[in-house]
Amino acid sequence: MIEFLTLLQVLDSSLRLATPLLLVCLAGLFSERAGIFDIGLEGKLLAAAFVSAAFASLTGSVWLGLSAGILASIMLSLLHGLASITLRGDQIISGVAINFLAAGLTVVVAQDLFGQGGRTPPLKSGGRFEPINFPGSTSSKEINDAGPLMQLYSELVSGHSLLVYIALLTVPLSWFVLYKTRYGLRLRAVGENPAAVDTAGISVVGLRYSAVILGGILCGIAGAYIATSLQANFTKDMSAGRGFIALAALIFAKWRPWHALGACLLFGFFFALDNRFQNILLPAWAISGLLLLIALSLISYVWKKDYLDKVVLGGLALGILSIAIMVITSVSDSGANSQVKIPVVFVQSLPYVLTVVVLAGFVGKAIPPRAGGQPYVKER
Amino acid sequence: MDVMPKWVDIIVVPLISLFIAAFLSALLIVAIGESPRDALSLMIEGTLLRSAGWGYMLYYTTNFIFTGLAVSVAFHAALFNIGGEGQAMMGGLGVALVCLFIPWPHWTFAIIGASFGAALFGMIWAGLPAYLQAKRGSHIVITTIMFNFLAAGVLIFFVVDVLKPKGSMDPASANFPPTTHLPTFEDLAGILGFEKAFRSAPANVSFFIALLACLAVWYLIWRSPLGYEIRALGKSGPAARYAGVRPVKIIMIAMMISGALCGMMAINTTQGESERLILNFTEGAGFIGIAVALMGRSHPLGVLLAALLFGFLYQGGAELALWTKIPRELIVVIQALVILFTGALSLMVRAPLESFFVSLQKAKG
Repeated sequence: MIEFLTLLQVLDSSLRLATPLLLVCLAGLFSERAGIFDIGLEGKLLAAAFVSAAFASLTGSVWLGLSAGILASIMLSLLHGLASITLRGDQIISGVAINFLAAGLTVVVAQDLFGQGGRTPPLKSGGRFEPINFPGSTSSKEINDAGPLMQLYSELVSGHSLLVYIALLTVPLSWFVLYKTRYGLRLRAVGENPAAVDTAGISVVGLRYSAVILGGILCGIAGAYIATSLQANFTKDMSAGRGFIALAALIFAKWRPWHALGACLLFGFFFALDNRFQNILLPAWAISGLLLLIALSLISYVWKKDYLDKVVLGGLALGILSIAIMVITSVSDSGANSQVKIPVVFVQSLPYVLTVVVLAGFVGKAIPPRAGGQPYVKER
Repeated sequence: MDVMPKWVDIIVVPLISLFIAAFLSALLIVAIGESPRDALSLMIEGTLLRSAGWGYMLYYTTNFIFTGLAVSVAFHAALFNIGGEGQAMMGGLGVALVCLFIPWPHWTFAIIGASFGAALFGMIWAGLPAYLQAKRGSHIVITTIMFNFLAAGVLIFFVVDVLKPKGSMDPASANFPPTTHLPTFEDLAGILGFEKAFRSAPANVSFFIALLACLAVWYLIWRSPLGYEIRALGKSGPAARYAGVRPVKIIMIAMMISGALCGMMAINTTQGESERLILNFTEGAGFIGIAVALMGRSHPLGVLLAALLFGFLYQGGAELALWTKIPRELIVVIQALVILFTGALSLMVRAPLESFFVSLQKAKG
């Protein structure tokens, strides 16, 4: 059985890994709720991470770093806005370009400024967000002897950097702004039916720019968090696909703030699991049973569907079935209670699988804002 | 639509976009403290003035032709295949399985088998998102991004847990048998009597397959009924449906062709160059395909030219990284700028040109 403290430590690191996802996810939420798809979240996160680490390193102040990171992220947001709102270009292409721009520029500039192969030097104490220890929490040395409640308080509640708490606060804040203010109502309307908003005499362009800029601010905070708190310097491509995972979480959460928190914590938990445990062992009967269940439900689903469904989903079911049979045959000689090692990459891939399943609409269909991705052209 | 003459639309607009990208990159080089002119001459020297430079350039070009064509075919059906990277990874897996487990007598047979393996795996990997788009309405951009990550997971699993030889520490499959090795340009030049040409450059016969693919895509899109249906669906969904085009079928076919082309990139990288399955062999070529397709206006000839340009930039970028303080990532910036100006900001380039031609027409009549 896993010890309580170990569980707490995994949850603690889940929270830390979920924080950048959450901020970026909410950034995407504002942007997409206003009808602007944002594939460029990854690029904004990376750019903000570099700029905040570079400023924190050069000035020694983490607050200057944070502000500069936010500013850099907003600049990229404005570029996205210029391309997709003002010039009515393709939002996806603009996002892709922003990702490459950030991936290239950060390394080129980092190499020029610091000459360390695209990294910034390690940040000294003033240039980092330090963990905040709440009053009464025990130090890490004594935590083994403390009671369970004290362990929970010291490990999970206390001891995070300021930005973690800010990220958690942005969830109710975003919910309030989106659902309880006039601005939020208009924002959601502009993502569903911009023509109606325009008819009411409200600026579609202004609303969309404001949403994109809000997203820029949130991505900026997230970038500063990964470079000055989660790690203590910038390294090449350090965003590591978090922008895309946040996008996945956004779909998983169906564009709602509280659900975004849940989705990001879940995805953070997957990453924490595979950071903590190199090998995850599960009983063979559970795995093969689960796979068989999925395969059989797929087959029963396609039974009365048309030819294409049968080929694609039936083929998928056959693939899953054959994996299940492989699992059973590989352990059949070592008894019924034998365990199977789950490859680490499968745990890492879970967020993407879950997102595809949700997108496919087999379990609770995710429907994006209706006007998303289309530039608004005013009628003349 | 017909404000501008066709040649302006096809030639001048991409060229202006390219010049803006080049100008901004030159500013960046100046900011780093190097001379853009020296950088350009170094790139030309290391790429076009040495046969080995050509050999590297055409190696990259081969990859970019495949991925560029793939993105183009999807564009014609108004689909954005951002999953070229994942489809190419799966193609590599297909190539590896075909080369490792089938005893090929000669490379000419092996390359046909490997092409089928690569195309099949890429096709399957593009087929699932296509199915989800066609039948379930899931946005293909998001699903193909997710499938990129999933492909990376599958590739790591196969390389590390299945295909890696026992006792090896390297995350790579066993070497492919010698009968599957493709002749490089160096070998071909040797046969023709040029002993010292293309020395140790990775370009190989799959370049010619890429050229054939250009022809095939041209025929498919502009000369075949299927291509007509693809373009009709891409231009206007309702009109195509009214004319009897079945969107589900066309979306599936267009994406599967796209995935097959991406997968076939692996015969160049995996069978031709590394001769075993390694991680990260795609090196972002799936994404560069987007820039190539945009720059080449989704036409095979344009894709070929744009792929040559990007091949030049990649080999030139490697030279710059070797001899100056300009890192390789400068090429990524140029690539981003090309995508930005040919794709997202194209109106910025087109609008002034269009108004110029409108005023020209008014002056005439």
